[in-house]
Amino acid sequence: MKMLINVAETVVTDALRGMAAAHPELVVDAENRVIVRRDAPVADKVALVSGGGSGHEPLHGGFVGPGMLDAACPGEVFTSPVPDQMVRAAAAVDSGHGVLFLVKNYTGDVLNFQMAAELAEDEGVQVASVLIDDDVAVTDSTFTAGRRGTGATLFVEKIAGAAAEEGMPLERVEALARQVVASSRSFGVALSACTTPAKGSPTFDLPSGELELGVGIHGEPGRERRAMMTSHEIADFAVDAILEDLDPRLPVLVLVNGMGATPLLELYGFNAEVRRVLDERGVAVARTLVGNYVTSLDMAGCSVTLCQVDGELLRLWDAPVETAGLRWGR
Amino acid sequence: MLDAAFFVRWMTAAAAVIDREADRLTELDSPIGDADHGRNMQRGFAAVVTMLETEPPATPGAVLTAAGRQLISSVGGASGPLYGTLLRRTGKTLGEAPQVSAAELRSALAAGVTAVGQLGGSAPGDKTMLDALTPGVAALADSFDAAAVASQEGALATVPMQARKGRASYLGERSIGHQDPGATSSALLFAALAEVAK
Repeated sequence: MKMLINVAETVVTDALRGMAAAHPELVVDAENRVIVRRDAPVADKVALVSGGGSGHEPLHGGFVGPGMLDAACPGEVFTSPVPDQMVRAAAAVDSGHGVLFLVKNYTGDVLNFQMAAELAEDEGVQVASVLIDDDVAVTDSTFTAGRRGTGATLFVEKIAGAAAEEGMPLERVEALARQVVASSRSFGVALSACTTPAKGSPTFDLPSGELELGVGIHGEPGRERRAMMTSHEIADFAVDAILEDLDPRLPVLVLVNGMGATPLLELYGFNAEVRRVLDERGVAVARTLVGNYVTSLDMAGCSVTLCQVDGELLRLWDAPVETAGLRWGR
Repeated sequence: MLDAAFFVRWMTAAAAVIDREADRLTELDSPIGDADHGRNMQRGFAAVVTMLETEPPATPGAVLTAAGRQLISSVGGASGPLYGTLLRRTGKTLGEAPQVSAAELRSALAAGVTAVGQLGGSAPGDKTMLDALTPGVAALADSFDAAAVASQEGALATVPMQARKGRASYLGERSIGHQDPGATSSALLFAALAEVAK
């Protein structure tokens, strides 16, 4: 497997050095692995901190900036960051109005952020945490670690980020983040496995004529394997899986998210099919975002996320944002 | 009686065996996880050894508490907090005694294993590290060698289990037929303990 890297051990650090070189508006601490917006701590503003394994770029470092996150902590590839990173990030961005941790529901992220919250509170930082668990492919949480956090992370970070930027207090920003989580559902498919730098070969074997339905974002196999389907059929399957669990009475935000190795040509084509299914099911679309936002290294495939929005959520979604990975309105 | 030097040797031996077995742990993690368990444990225990060489703690309890804190700070993922909690709770239970008996170590490790179950919300049979730790601690009543054997058997016994915790749980029935990488690395800790006790 050919990769544009030096050695696996320095992949994350090298990427952070490159990110620092490209984005002077960020303070990138490559040694301690914390990315902070340069104007932090922003006075009178609740601070948002997120993080998770690397390999999902632009998530989360690419979403640090005005209107979104104040800091992000990248872990090793597909491995949760450690509490020390989160505590350091919280201390760097806290203006005295509290810090909100946005955590995807994976055991490692949950445990490390939980420890970090305790340590940060010992240091006098007020911390609240919101757990993101939007993946409908995980149905029975009695027998799993609970639903995974996937594409909805983008909606939560953007909308809560806008709320914080407007000066809303911690309890309100936290409540809005929870509302977005409750209003969002995702479903992912993989057309190929991904290759972690540490392993150097695909994490699972997926024959060319088959696809995995219900994958997460760590190159793990999905719940079911089938013969390859058309974009039309995949959209029917994915959107219907979501609508089994979410009955949007309000318009939805649509995220058609690439896993890293699927071209925009295919993603836009898939979005046409997603829109067709939503039209057929009578679901109104308020906004659509198509692109690679929550990726899995070089995995081919995509995920769909729908988020039902009221007037306030839509207003916050439309609010200006200026980050490396998402930017509009400024 | 076991002194601080014994516990430093245990951690050093654990680091060595995890280093040797890192590729195998990563292979085990590949079909049901995300193929990083070996490297993560390798990185964490290497940091523990460096810490113990730089500032060796004075008591058995302090060795394990510091080692656990180091794992939390350097491993990441679920393994960092879980292994970190195992060693920290064991170390704190040992207290400040300059030497401890094998029986005291066994009851302290039992407290550590309980803390792991509480943190992960898991129990034996969930296809996790507890499936090696629980029989390992029970067999410590007989000998260090018996504990190594029992934890190894516990790790092997995870093969037919369906995972209910951690990332492997998302595979449902497809997690059956694979040995749990966390249980495997837990068995390595007992193997290292038996090795240094010889």
